[in-house]
Amino acid sequence: MSAADTSDATDATETDKADARPVARTPLLRRLAGRPELGAVVGAAAVFVFFSIAADAFLQWSSFSTVLYASSTIGIMAVPVALLMIGGEFDLSTGVLVTSSALISSMFSYQMTANVWVGAGVSLLVTLAIGFFNGYLLVRTNLPSFIITLGTFLILQGCNLGFTKLISETVSTKTIADMEGFPSARQVFASHLTIGDVELQITVVWWFALIALATWILLRTRAGNWIFAVGGAKEAARAVGVPVNGTKIGLYMGVALAAWISGQHLLFKYDTVQSGEGVGNELLYIIAAVIGGCLLTGGYGSAVGAAVGAFIFGMTNKGIVYAQWGADWFKFFLGAMLLLATLLNWWVRKRAEESA
Amino acid sequence: MTTSGTTTTSGTPLIALRDIGKRYGNVKALGGVTLDVHAGQITCVLGDNGAGKSTLIKIVAGLHQHDEGAFAVEGEETRLGSPREALDRGIATVYQDLAVVPLMPVWRNFFLGSEIRKGRGPFARLDVSAMRETTHRELLRMGIDLRDVDQPIGTLSGGQRQCVAIARAVHFGAKVLVLDEPTAALGVKQSGVVLKYVAAARDAGLGVVLITHNPHHAYLVGDRFVLLKRGTMAGSHAKDEIALDDLTRQMAGGSELEQLTHELAR
Repeated sequence: MSAADTSDATDATETDKADARPVARTPLLRRLAGRPELGAVVGAAAVFVFFSIAADAFLQWSSFSTVLYASSTIGIMAVPVALLMIGGEFDLSTGVLVTSSALISSMFSYQMTANVWVGAGVSLLVTLAIGFFNGYLLVRTNLPSFIITLGTFLILQGCNLGFTKLISETVSTKTIADMEGFPSARQVFASHLTIGDVELQITVVWWFALIALATWILLRTRAGNWIFAVGGAKEAARAVGVPVNGTKIGLYMGVALAAWISGQHLLFKYDTVQSGEGVGNELLYIIAAVIGGCLLTGGYGSAVGAAVGAFIFGMTNKGIVYAQWGADWFKFFLGAMLLLATLLNWWVRKRAEESA
Repeated sequence: MTTSGTTTTSGTPLIALRDIGKRYGNVKALGGVTLDVHAGQITCVLGDNGAGKSTLIKIVAGLHQHDEGAFAVEGEETRLGSPREALDRGIATVYQDLAVVPLMPVWRNFFLGSEIRKGRGPFARLDVSAMRETTHRELLRMGIDLRDVDQPIGTLSGGQRQCVAIARAVHFGAKVLVLDEPTAALGVKQSGVVLKYVAAARDAGLGVVLITHNPHHAYLVGDRFVLLKRGTMAGSHAKDEIALDDLTRQMAGGSELEQLTHELAR
């Protein structure tokens, strides 16, 4: 801020001498407390310390790589789901949409004997169309997104099972590993890099790229401003000329894009796809976003927070295995984390508001 | 019903409504409203709840389209399709309760829908520092000194929020400022502050439409008063044609109020 501006500011505040500081920034501690990610970061640190003590194997590099991979499979979806929630909407169809995307890709390539990239391309178009359908129906009807996407969730689940049975006559797709383009597609969606002693799954790269992209969009683009606005106060946003409908449809298509990436990963990692997979994952994505500080009512949250939420999921999921407790306890931990992180967020925000 | 007075101001009005009407299905919400908005003047629209004020505001703001009559912006017959279109024609509307997004920082609210960007194509990004500084400067001009334009606008007082919305409209070059009940939820002191900014906007050359059910506030700043009653226009008076007492009585329903006085008398 220039000197001219500063003197300008002090002139105009003559009536309010006590407040002569122009554009002073809020103290660092308060600003940190005001971040939506705070609860998630504190929670992640606690979970990390906990499993470091409880499980010896947890602190090895190879375990870290496994944890990151588990985190990324949820995180790739949690990030756009968080954006959608900031935009004030839910999507319950995300879990099965990932499976649909993989199934379409696989079955199209197999039935048409086409290059697997052609199948992946068709799958991308169809998946984006489903995302568009969710968003379009929402903005045209103004029904709650909970109901609309619950509908698409069930429809997609039925289609996944029904079409797979109809076409493959089993509950899974045929192998496409010997088809043209498979090696290169696997390279893109399901390979791993080796950095020193650490093996890094490519999904982690996709995940980080999505976090960076989503954060950029949210904080530094016009679209990001619109996302916060349509989630925070839809009518106010509309009144100042924000394209509310376009923003919401765009958010659903963003979720669809991530579902496509996740689906292609599933397909090219395991070669065949089970038609019943994915049910229940939609809640994991939402949980990660909420742990990461997204408000259920919209208008507040962050992509980084959702990513940290997904990381908590990964640590808990694998940490329980390393501690040899049996996976039965996983849901318990996840539920406890959800409550604790949300309570912490609530408490911090309340404190911040009181002292403001 | 008086229609004189429109000729006292020369030049083409910024907005001219002629016998504007609106129906929602079979329900007639508004009919026969005629009013002009001139630069540097405040036109007050007064009416009780359900008189058709919000329908009128929605037509002028581009949220709804009129079914009857003519709507001219700077002499050109128009039918506004969206709030964006209204803004592009220089009509900015500040709503009573939905003026801002409470959880968003002040500067993001200030520039919402008209963000400053730098860079090209996919790298076009918000010019955050410019927007922060502009927000601070523009608010200071309105006499609001915020230490931190990054604070959520929900932490400001109701009056300050209204002022931010007014400052925003002025900054973005609005020619017509439509204010929906700006003082309805405010205390006496804060109402005064808001009315000062309404007057400031008028002095800056804007045509102001002030919608209110408070004749005292209207009379303080208004140049012309349009009275609405049950969806129709019940009167239109220039300030020199009507006294505050008259305005208050007409606004309150005239004979109805007298009857009420009689009934309540002890």
